[in-house]
Amino acid sequence: MKPRVVLVTGVSRYLGTRLASTLAADPSIERVIGVDTVPPRPEASHVLGRTEFVRADIRNPLIAKVIAQAEVDTVVHMNVIATPLGAGGRTAMKEINVIGTMQLLAACQKAPSMRKLVVKSTTAVYGSSPRDPALFTEDSEPKSSPKSGYAKDAVEVEGYVRGFGRRRPDVTLTLLRFTNFIGPVIETPLTRYLSLPVVPTVLGFDPRIQLCHEDDGIEVLRRCVLEDHPGIFNVGGSGVLLLSQAVRRVGRLAWPVPSPMVSLVGRAFRRAGLVDFSPEQMRYLEHGRVADVSRLSARLGWTPRSTAEAMQAFVERSPRILNPETVAAAEERLLSLLTRRRTITTKEPVRA
Amino acid sequence: MPEARVIPLRAVAGDDVRKGKRPEADLPVSDPPPPSPPVAEPGEWEQKVAGGLAFLRRRITGDYDVDDFGFDKDLTEHVFMPPLRPLYEKWFRVETRGLDNVPDVGGALIVGNHSGTIPVDALMTTLALHDHHPAHRCMRLLGADLVFTVPGLAPIARKTGNTLACNADAERLLCGDELVGVFPEGFKGIGKPFSERYKLQRFGRGGFVSAALRTGKPIIPVSIVGAEEIYPLIGNNKTLARLLGLPYVPITPLFPWLGLLGAIPLPSKWIIEFGEPIETAHLGGAAAAEDPMLVFNLTDQVRETIQSTLYTLLMQRRSVFF
Repeated sequence: MKPRVVLVTGVSRYLGTRLASTLAADPSIERVIGVDTVPPRPEASHVLGRTEFVRADIRNPLIAKVIAQAEVDTVVHMNVIATPLGAGGRTAMKEINVIGTMQLLAACQKAPSMRKLVVKSTTAVYGSSPRDPALFTEDSEPKSSPKSGYAKDAVEVEGYVRGFGRRRPDVTLTLLRFTNFIGPVIETPLTRYLSLPVVPTVLGFDPRIQLCHEDDGIEVLRRCVLEDHPGIFNVGGSGVLLLSQAVRRVGRLAWPVPSPMVSLVGRAFRRAGLVDFSPEQMRYLEHGRVADVSRLSARLGWTPRSTAEAMQAFVERSPRILNPETVAAAEERLLSLLTRRRTITTKEPVRA
Repeated sequence: MPEARVIPLRAVAGDDVRKGKRPEADLPVSDPPPPSPPVAEPGEWEQKVAGGLAFLRRRITGDYDVDDFGFDKDLTEHVFMPPLRPLYEKWFRVETRGLDNVPDVGGALIVGNHSGTIPVDALMTTLALHDHHPAHRCMRLLGADLVFTVPGLAPIARKTGNTLACNADAERLLCGDELVGVFPEGFKGIGKPFSERYKLQRFGRGGFVSAALRTGKPIIPVSIVGAEEIYPLIGNNKTLARLLGLPYVPITPLFPWLGLLGAIPLPSKWIIEFGEPIETAHLGGAAAAEDPMLVFNLTDQVRETIQSTLYTLLMQRRSVFF
């Protein structure tokens, strides 16, 4: 069933804006309503097209009125935020994530027009530990549940979403667990981290990372709004990169820090406003996390870009300190130097 | 195979001349080329340098592939395997038998006896399959979780193709047609005292058998003789082990008395025999894996096969060192 009125929460942030503008460009959708606590950035307002913006805090019951009055049938919940930086501290972040979701779901439960709920979650709910299988499937039970920050919020949000699913079995429920976003434009803790001139890593660990191209993330959300794909799906590129490999591809230098010092370095970076390291991101830097994304491809009949391709999109945007061309040229020069010396000593004619 | 694999050109002197030459000079074999033999040498030498530099460039720019488990074939073949070869060929003089029991393609579960205080047997078996199997297969070992918590060891274990010993990973690898290696005795086998050498310990809980049953892949028993003698374990510093959170801290005739010198393994003569595959495809798949009696019986069958092969090999062995 095609959606008529779509409500997107968290519309003022990058991915929310992009999804709303994509949906607004689809004439089959009657109305697109964007909700956020802050208005979209002025440069984003022209992309949003016919999206109607409602400045509302999903933490208060006003959201119920919006949903009821506009007869919203599809809600895309993208307002689970990852960093306390923009939200004004961890307390506010938790409030927005957990209480906000509860309010939103309460409103959805009461709305008779509701047909579909799409929730943007994260693979961070699987945690990160050395005792986990190499790839997480959607049914994996985490060996160590995340105990703090964004990941813990996401676990709680998923719990409330499941509860909603039980109470409104008539609503198509899609829960998307995204891996780390990367791409030509998006700003995330990971992109800021990989943009540091010298990238601190944990000494003695080299985690596997998995990435999702921002365009593919939007495409998956769009498809889940327009088509019916009930269930839980991991979303991300297939394949992995090692962190050291990713750092090399961006042409940066890794700075391995002994693990007792990592939190100190992390705190210093946070204070300098460079990158916000939270404890669960620290664990991620040690053990990494990779999810099995085959269920999504099988269901959608469409495959997102691989992790390596997503990384390439990011590499192209960031100025590299060490260019692969420079390295290749150096290799060439060294080789020709060595061969020339060799050929001179053996009195062989120099080849072109 | 990555395209730039360094192939050591160990050829006879006359052969060298031809290998070192450029293809355009396709002279008949009988006709000796004008330059004297030392001139032909640069070809080989250049090739090695070029290969080495290309490898360095790939490493610096991150231009290599790792699989979902973090296996870095490029690094494994060029950095981790070469130093093991002298150990394999010269020190332990490993003799392999029954390599034709290992399939050229498709998944199989290789189950072996574990011994030797540190898992050198796992490394040697991996090298045997990589260097001496006609299909140059990479064995993917299932390691204890301790391996993946130790800084420094964890990334090396992943990069050389190993993963955590859990059913999810074993089944995923087997389904991906990989050769999976497992030592079900675990620390009980590797850390057993010298007096119990070649006596198989309990074979875990049969998790490896259920993985093979669920995927319908054959189990290949492998018996390793020689690894028991490399570090004869005569004692265990239990207090220190508990302090460090390790399963044991070995005391051997040489370690820790001789310090680092004590870490040199004794040059025992090794035999690695790959046994006949035990097929599991006809046993009924996932349903069979749910039958504990069948799993126990199959586990015992594998264990008995390895144990009896070990005794046969020990009878054939002339001495520990020759």
